[in-house]
Parts: sequence; C-alpha cells; structure tokens
Amino acid sequence: MRRIQMTVDGRAHVAEVEPRLLLLHHLRENLGIGGVHAGCNTTSCGACTVHLDGESVKSCTVLAVQADGHEVTTVRGIMDNGLWHPMQQAFHEAHGLQCGYCTPGMIMASISLLKEKPNATEQEIREGLEGNLCRCTGYENIVKAVQLVQQHSNGQAQPAS
Amino acid sequence: MIPLAFDYEVAESVDHAIELLGQHGEEAKLLAGGHSLLPIMKLRLAAPTVLIDLGRLSDLSYVRDEGDHLAIGAMTRQCDLERDQTLQEQCGLVAYTASLVGDPSVRHRGTIGGSVSHGDAASDLPSALLALDATFTVRGSNGERTVAAGDFFQDYLQTVLEPDEVLTEIRVPKLNGAGWSYKKFNRRAQDWAVVGVAAVVERSNGSISSARIGLTNMGSTPLRATAAESALAGADPSSVAEATGSADEGTSPSSDIAASAEYRRHLARVLSRRAVEEALSR
Ligand SMILES: Cc1cc2nc3c(=O)[nH]c(=O)nc-3n(C[C@H](O)[C@H](O)[C@H](O)COP(=O)(O)OP(=O)(O)OC[C@H]3O[C@@H](n4cnc5c(N)ncnc54)[C@H](O)[C@@H]3O)c2cc1C
Ligand code: FES
Ligand code: FES
Repeated sequence: MRRIQMTVDGRAHVAEVEPRLLLLHHLRENLGIGGVHAGCNTTSCGACTVHLDGESVKSCTVLAVQADGHEVTTVRGIMDNGLWHPMQQAFHEAHGLQCGYCTPGMIMASISLLKEKPNATEQEIREGLEGNLCRCTGYENIVKAVQLVQQHSNGQAQPAS
Repeated sequence: MIPLAFDYEVAESVDHAIELLGQHGEEAKLLAGGHSLLPIMKLRLAAPTVLIDLGRLSDLSYVRDEGDHLAIGAMTRQCDLERDQTLQEQCGLVAYTASLVGDPSVRHRGTIGGSVSHGDAASDLPSALLALDATFTVRGSNGERTVAAGDFFQDYLQTVLEPDEVLTEIRVPKLNGAGWSYKKFNRRAQDWAVVGVAAVVERSNGSISSARIGLTNMGSTPLRATAAESALAGADPSSVAEATGSADEGTSPSSDIAASAEYRRHLARVLSRRAVEEALSR
C-alpha cells in the first residue's frame, strides 16, 4: 500500500492505495464520484476522461499513484457556485447528448480542447475529440455544443456594439 | 481490466532509476507516460513485479537548441513536442508526427522516450526518427552511450536497451532547407497507422540529392526504405513515382485484421510517393 495525496475538485484527499489501483477506480470507488464513467477500460472510448493538472487524460490508464501530488478535476468539479460550466450549458442547449454515457468525458475533453485551441475550426474540434466515442448522437450536436461555447466566449470578449 | 499487483518506486533522478533497476533486476520496468505499458499490463500481457516511475523527472522534459541539432529530453510528452516552437521551426517532422499519435488525451501522457523505448513498429515517432538519422543517449550502470536510431530497434518490441539502462535524450538534426513529410494511413479516428511513411528530402539544383524514408508497421521494427532511397538519390523530381515503386523492398509486413501484407506493401509504395512529393513541395 502506498500513501497518496491529491486535490480532487478543489478538495485535498489522502488515501492508502495499492499501486495497481487505477485513477478511474480511485475516483469512483474511494471518492464516490459516479460522474467519472467507466466505458471500455482500454483507453479507447474516453468515458473516463478527467483533467490532470488541467489537461484531459483517460483515468482508466493512469495509476492513482501517478496522480500523487497532482490536481484532478472531474465533471463534478466544474460547476461554479451552483451554476453549470459553459460547456455543460452548451451541451444542454445544443442537445449534445442522448443516453449521457459519454457526456462527462466528452465535456471534460471539450473543455481541455478549447483551453488549448480556443479558435479550433470544426475539423479541429472533430479531431480534438477523436479519443471520445459517442454511440448515440452521431457527434453533430456535440460539435455544435463546442462551437456554441466558442460563440459565447467570443461574444463576451467583444462587447456588443 | 486491472494489472497484476506490483511494487511501485518513484525515481528521484536518472541515477536513482538506474540504481533501482539494478536492485530489482529484469522483473522491473520503467514507467513513463504509461500509455503503452499500462494497457498491456491490464491485458496481462506484461506483468512486471516492480514499476519505477520516471514521472517526477521534470528535468528530462525539454527541447534544446544545440547548434546543428536539437536535443529532446526523454520525458518530453507528445503534446509538448507538438506545441514546441523550436521543433516546429527547425525539425517540423517531429512536431507534426507527434500530433498524429493517438488522440489529445493520449498525447497529454505519452512521452517520446516511451515511444522510442517500447520499440513498437506500428508507432509513428520511431520511423520519423529513423528517417532523421536521430541518435539516442542511453545511460546505465556502465555509463553513457549514444546509439544511432538505425542500430536501436532489434526485433518485435525489442531494442538494444539493457535491463538497467534508461533512455535520457533524443537528438535530431535541424532540417535547414530539407523537405519533410509524414503520411499516416488509417481507417478510423484515433487508430494506429496501418502503414506510415516519414520522408526527409534534400535538394540541390532542382534534383533530389538525398532522400531518407522511414516506414511504420512494415515489419517487426521500424524500417528504412533503402532501395527507394538509392533510387531517389540524384533523381529528377519527375521520377519520384518510379523510384518509390521499390519502397516495400526488403520489408516483411504482417497480415492482420487491419490489412493484408500485400495491401501494406501497396500502401508503402503509394505513401512513399506522396511523402516524397510533399517533402519536395516544402
Ligand atoms: C489509445 C491509444 C492510442 C495510441 N495511438 C498511437 C498512435 O497512433 N501512434 C503511436 O505512435 N503511438 C500510439 N499510442 C502509444 C502511445 O504513443 C504511448 O504513449 C507510447 O508508445 C509510449 O510512451 P509512454 O511514455 O506512454 O511509455 P510507457 O508506456 O510508460 O513505456 C513504454 C515502454 O518503454 C519503457 N520506457 C519508457 N520510458 C523509458 C526510458 N526513458 N528509458 C527506457 N525505457 C523506457 C517502459 O519501461 C515500457 O517498457 C497509443 C496509445 C493508446 C493508449
Ligand atoms: S474507460 Fe477509459 S477510455 Fe474507455
Ligand atoms: S450520448 Fe449516448 S454515448 Fe454519447
């Protein structure tokens, strides 16, 4: 067993874990964060996507011990004062989900993508989300949701004349 | 889908990693980004009893301008290669090829040192590094040595790395005027290359003075298309199609669910032509 300490959604957590424990299972089972979904378990589907120090990672392919001393953000931690994150709001408005299984990972990957490429083109959004699979929507409304966030934040940056 | 149990050690320095490798013997494995190692451990295709985590060695993450070449630390992640301005300007082939690996979440974890050390013939960066005549700096209990990319890859997932050696640095030449290209062929988003081709082409007075071609997934190791390279040396750009017709000579691609060996040979020829043509246009 190994003692680890990490900040998850803004709160410090200390735990004794087996080195082989995956971050995914640590978040779901030890910390009870059901919003981190387990899909393929083979680094393919992206349902388990969280942020490690602000960048998207697939938590089924990170050991909890590798996150020792780091900052993890899950879909649970992105609301601000009870208000949805703009990406959550946009998925709602653009109907970027159906069954919702891929959604937490899709939202975390989309936030990471726009952080790196705020002005991503439609093609870049599609490529940026290629590690996240959705079996329901056909992706169209997911891409629209990401574009909606881009439009809103451009609107904010340039006050309406 | 969880790995078999193992002990976990954190390396505080390269020397510490070498010491730990010496202590734990062949059952120990280094852990870099974990995006090749952890998947095979989860599938129980690998079961090291000790993992030595290089993840805290932030001093192995860098791209440095060293005159005629660039030095890249082994723990530099694929996303860092992709974004690095010096690489983009001086050796665009590495930055571009890194941007084609997996998907963004994979590239936030995977390192260039892991891509090289894993020795996977289907991996994109090794064949690009082969075409660049890159050199690798390796350190172990017997000191440091430099290995040419051409001598590094031995067989399927096998390299010249000794059990107690750590790859510390990758050196690539500045490309100056040379043209480059990487062509990755796959059928679905985020897939590995069915075949990939890296090309570095130097020109003088309108003809090709030399071409170096690296092949991804055309055998048990990354390979050079030596026959096509010889045919291209001194050739006129109008004869690229003919010269790259031998790009699959000396290769031994496998047949699998993604493609037959014969189709891979076809792809190697077509992608080599496209890669050399693109390199000439750069
Ligand atoms: C879904 C998915 C898709 C992928 N798609 C692609 C793709 O399209 N193209 C591609 O090229 N790759 C792809 N990869 C592989 C990915 O790029 C890996 O990150 C990379 O191959 C290994 O780097 P790593 O840092 O993760 O190494 P690890 O997995 O940590 O290590 C790999 C091996 O190298 C050894 N090692 C690591 N660092 C060193 C070192 N410094 N010295 C000595 N030995 C070392 C380890 O002991 C281990 O045996 C994909 C991976 C996944 C999970
Ligand atoms: S559960 Fe992690 S990528 Fe599918
Ligand atoms: S909404 Fe069902 S998998 Fe994406």
